[in-house]
Amino acid sequence: MSFASIIIQLLNGLAAASSLFLVSAGLSLIFGVTRIVNFAHGSLYMLGLYGAYSLIEALGRTPLGFWSAVVVAALAVGLAGVLIEMLVLRRIYRAPELFQLLATFAVVLVIKDIALFVWGAEDLVGPRAPGLSMAVEILGKRIPAYDLLLIAIGPVVLGVLWLLLTRTRWGALVRAATQDREMVGALGVDQAKLFTSVFFVGSVLAGLGGALQIPREPANLDLDLSVIADAFVITVVGGLGSIGGAFLAAIIIGVAKAFCIGIGTVTWFGLEISFSKLTLVVEFLIMALVLVARPYGLLGKPQAVQRVAADPVPPLTAPSWSMALVWVMLLVGVPLVADRYVTILLTDIVCFALFAVSLHFIMGPAGMVSFGHAAYFGLGAYAAGLLFKRAGLPMEAALLVAPLCAGAFAVVYGWFCVRLSGVYLAMLTLAFAQISWSIVFQWDSVTGGSNGVFGIWPSAWLADKTTYYYLALACCGTGIAFLWRVLFSPFGFALRAGRDSPLRAEAIGIDLRGFQWAAFVLVGTLAGLAGSVYAFSKGSISPSTISIGQSTDGLIMVLLGGVETLTGPVVGAAIYTWLRDVVARHTEFWRAVMGGVILLIVLLFPQGLVGGLKALVFRWQERQA
Amino acid sequence: MLSVKGLHAFYGRAHILQGVSLEARAGEVVALLGRNGAGKSTALKSIMGLVPAARGEVTFEGRRIERLLPYRIARLGLGYVPEERRIFTDLTVMENLEVGRQSARGDAPVWTEERLFALFPNLAGMRDRPGGRMSGGEQQMLTIARTLMGNPRCVLLDEPSEGLAPIIVEQMAHSIRTLKGEGLSVLLCEQNLHFSQAVADRAYIVEKGQIRFGGTMAELASDSSLREQYLSV
Amino acid sequence: MSDAVLQVEGLHKAFGGVRAVADVSFAITAGEMLALIGPNGAGKSTCFNMLNGQLTPDAGIVRLAGRDIVGLRPRAVWRLGVGRTFQITATFVSLSVRENVQMALYSHAGRLRSLLQRFGAAFRPEADALLAQVGMLDQAERPCGVLAYGDLKRVELAMALANAPRLLLMDEPTAGMAPKERVALMELTAGLARARNIAVLFTEHDMDVVFSQADRIIVLDRGQLIAGGTPAEVRANANVRAVYLGSAH
Repeated sequence: MSFASIIIQLLNGLAAASSLFLVSAGLSLIFGVTRIVNFAHGSLYMLGLYGAYSLIEALGRTPLGFWSAVVVAALAVGLAGVLIEMLVLRRIYRAPELFQLLATFAVVLVIKDIALFVWGAEDLVGPRAPGLSMAVEILGKRIPAYDLLLIAIGPVVLGVLWLLLTRTRWGALVRAATQDREMVGALGVDQAKLFTSVFFVGSVLAGLGGALQIPREPANLDLDLSVIADAFVITVVGGLGSIGGAFLAAIIIGVAKAFCIGIGTVTWFGLEISFSKLTLVVEFLIMALVLVARPYGLLGKPQAVQRVAADPVPPLTAPSWSMALVWVMLLVGVPLVADRYVTILLTDIVCFALFAVSLHFIMGPAGMVSFGHAAYFGLGAYAAGLLFKRAGLPMEAALLVAPLCAGAFAVVYGWFCVRLSGVYLAMLTLAFAQISWSIVFQWDSVTGGSNGVFGIWPSAWLADKTTYYYLALACCGTGIAFLWRVLFSPFGFALRAGRDSPLRAEAIGIDLRGFQWAAFVLVGTLAGLAGSVYAFSKGSISPSTISIGQSTDGLIMVLLGGVETLTGPVVGAAIYTWLRDVVARHTEFWRAVMGGVILLIVLLFPQGLVGGLKALVFRWQERQA
Repeated sequence: MLSVKGLHAFYGRAHILQGVSLEARAGEVVALLGRNGAGKSTALKSIMGLVPAARGEVTFEGRRIERLLPYRIARLGLGYVPEERRIFTDLTVMENLEVGRQSARGDAPVWTEERLFALFPNLAGMRDRPGGRMSGGEQQMLTIARTLMGNPRCVLLDEPSEGLAPIIVEQMAHSIRTLKGEGLSVLLCEQNLHFSQAVADRAYIVEKGQIRFGGTMAELASDSSLREQYLSV
Repeated sequence: MSDAVLQVEGLHKAFGGVRAVADVSFAITAGEMLALIGPNGAGKSTCFNMLNGQLTPDAGIVRLAGRDIVGLRPRAVWRLGVGRTFQITATFVSLSVRENVQMALYSHAGRLRSLLQRFGAAFRPEADALLAQVGMLDQAERPCGVLAYGDLKRVELAMALANAPRLLLMDEPTAGMAPKERVALMELTAGLARARNIAVLFTEHDMDVVFSQADRIIVLDRGQLIAGGTPAEVRANANVRAVYLGSAH
């Protein structure tokens, strides 16, 4: 690369970094003070982008119209954030962290459909910035003037934020609350108001980040999750709660991405390496490296110890095998009375049930929350498809070998993940899932890229939908039974023990990290089995099986059913899959309906469905007694 | 001013306070004595709403406060100074004071930064120093000053002399006498008997979550068996 | 001191430049009850955490039966025969009392890696025997999450005894217990220690317990040992009285 092109890539990277920084700074601010991992933060960015588009249309494509639109969109998104905080999150600040997370997933679904309703499914391409549509020549290359402005906006916002945080009473309160919010309360500060104001500022930043992108990227409905993934990576690399860290991380990642595009394809020692294809992966590689070297990010500090004693997790009740037998017989009997449609839906449900049970195993009893469980489901599905189509394995062999491939990935990913805990662990699992997704998405020649793999049909003796349903039931049922059995084995007890008290586990000689690693591999393999069975049931696979959406679906299933019960994830998987199918057939806006239902459940049953029902039954029994 | 009746509190499942009753009158300095682990700190936290009261009544200026959130209690004019000091380490001295600021209360002494620097002269020279780079004694002064910025009528002081050099302990005693002179009520936890004798009007002895003695400092001073039993080794 | 189970020499630890423990040396012999006392913030817990590998000392030697154990992880120290109870109880709250003790027994036997065997089938008599010793057999089926605090302390003691230890480290073993229970628990501990020839090092703030149960007492103040000896000697020590009652200059 010449010096000039290095400078150009640098400038490109810095321009991209600005919006990333804005959205991440908001996320970081909100997390620092409220300790809520706000999955809906990317949705706020998306609203900013859509909002700016419409406002420019309304106010006119003049410099005044453009800039008022950007500012008004950002402020409107700030108000949306306040609304979310006051209507939803404020009611569940005392609920378990995972429930807060579920609530923010629901908000993601609702906002996505609001955007779909208002702006439609088509990508909307915004205008160039009036008055800044020309390009500036630097070292003989042309750079859009707007990019140069963006480069300046990042540091300006950093400066404004810095002034806000260090020169105002509000800033002192925010920084104090980030360290010790209980003490801030004891000094007479109303937390609820402080939280609302932080949500406003954080949301304005997300909205502004989105609105400023209008000349650079079309508004589309996939932005919510892709932006939240980027923002997670940047906050985690920079250090949760550190604004300066977010700025640094945004620049590193923005520039690294720009250079990957700029370098293009290079041949080293006869090996052709496509750097441009690395673009989607590079930020996650940076994150994985940073987290292993500095578990709290570049400028982060160990999280302040929570001063609230959490309620102990109730004991797990062993499965009743006679009840299970009744269920199995019912499930075996269904196709005899039901139609083909129900059989296909049931096949989906049993696949997702195993997926959810494997996720529950790792996040419930083993105590390691995964935001990226779809990695193993999707890798299992792809392994099945590729072994069958490309390696020419018989379908039966592919079906059974595929889970082992997913397990092999879990060996690698898990080794890194068990070194972290809490939010950082969850983020790293998300990073690995995104790396897997990016590889699958981009490796056209092998995986079929965005189109996926077609023609993965089961052998003739399994081709009938009912027969395949029985196969799925047998495979996934065995998988679920196996995982449940393991939960009550010495190995499973050791995991639960380690979740309850890592201190005590270590003090009685348990190598907890080793057990957790093994658990990662175990659930990875079984999620792979679910994916493998799923792939052959559909006949085709697409990258969406590894997407963040698939991971969050799993989380919703587990949390919906209740993470503290054994059967909760199965119930959650069944209800979610069935409800989605039913609602989707009646309305285009099934996500909003699902989101609304989830929000209702979160606000009414903070223990999950099965947990909530158990509590109701318990109360009823007490009244009888 | 402040009255506590039959207060019970748990930490996790440990039954720490087992029916504590005490009183602090206007303009009075009251010491809560006892060995570590006796429940002194928990008593103050429970009054402040930081550890929920399982049973019992807390009344502050005629108002029941045992169900209120800490910030509401603070806004009624009850200040709390924690044992671990809990200084905001990233914030400067001035910023720490800012976090504690509340609007003036008609009937309570009004504090400004300058008045506090007069009370704690050590702090005056380090307005822009981050809390994390101060000595233990300086942090102790800052944590008291920060609470005074809320212009309280009554202050709960948890172990103000703990871990301080003798000269600083002396200064601390002087500051507490000044607060009393301003008309503030002070309820303080102490292990240091001599320090308490230097500042307090009355004392309670807590042992195993219960009050074992309540009386004037003179009564306590004249009863050596009491001291031997509950305070000494 | 050739018969010392644990020998500590010149232990140092500082956090961010602040000295927490400085030049602490002592030894403890088999069957002995040694109490470590001192006011809040004296460095007792830091000292304790360096003995079982929770923290690594900046300097100093910790010898267990003649072997230097500095730098070993807690789980390795446990395997060498050191049982531990914590100031704030650390038990497995979602497991039953018996399962907690069985967990320690399974771990001691190296049998936690099985995936399909049912947990709890093995070591039941052994677990019950330990629970009987600490008086918790009647609550064996209850989850630890619902136990009274004093009972959790007993469960911890039973777990600490599961690997037939030669040294027990007990950090504030009676904190949060009802007054009557405290002496009872420590009498129980002392009886077990003497019967099985276990050395016990404990920190404690209840002076009734300390002076009635300890064979010897060492006193820590601001990171340094300021006194040591029999209960009578420590009670008479002027330094100790100054630390506890505050100095009058």
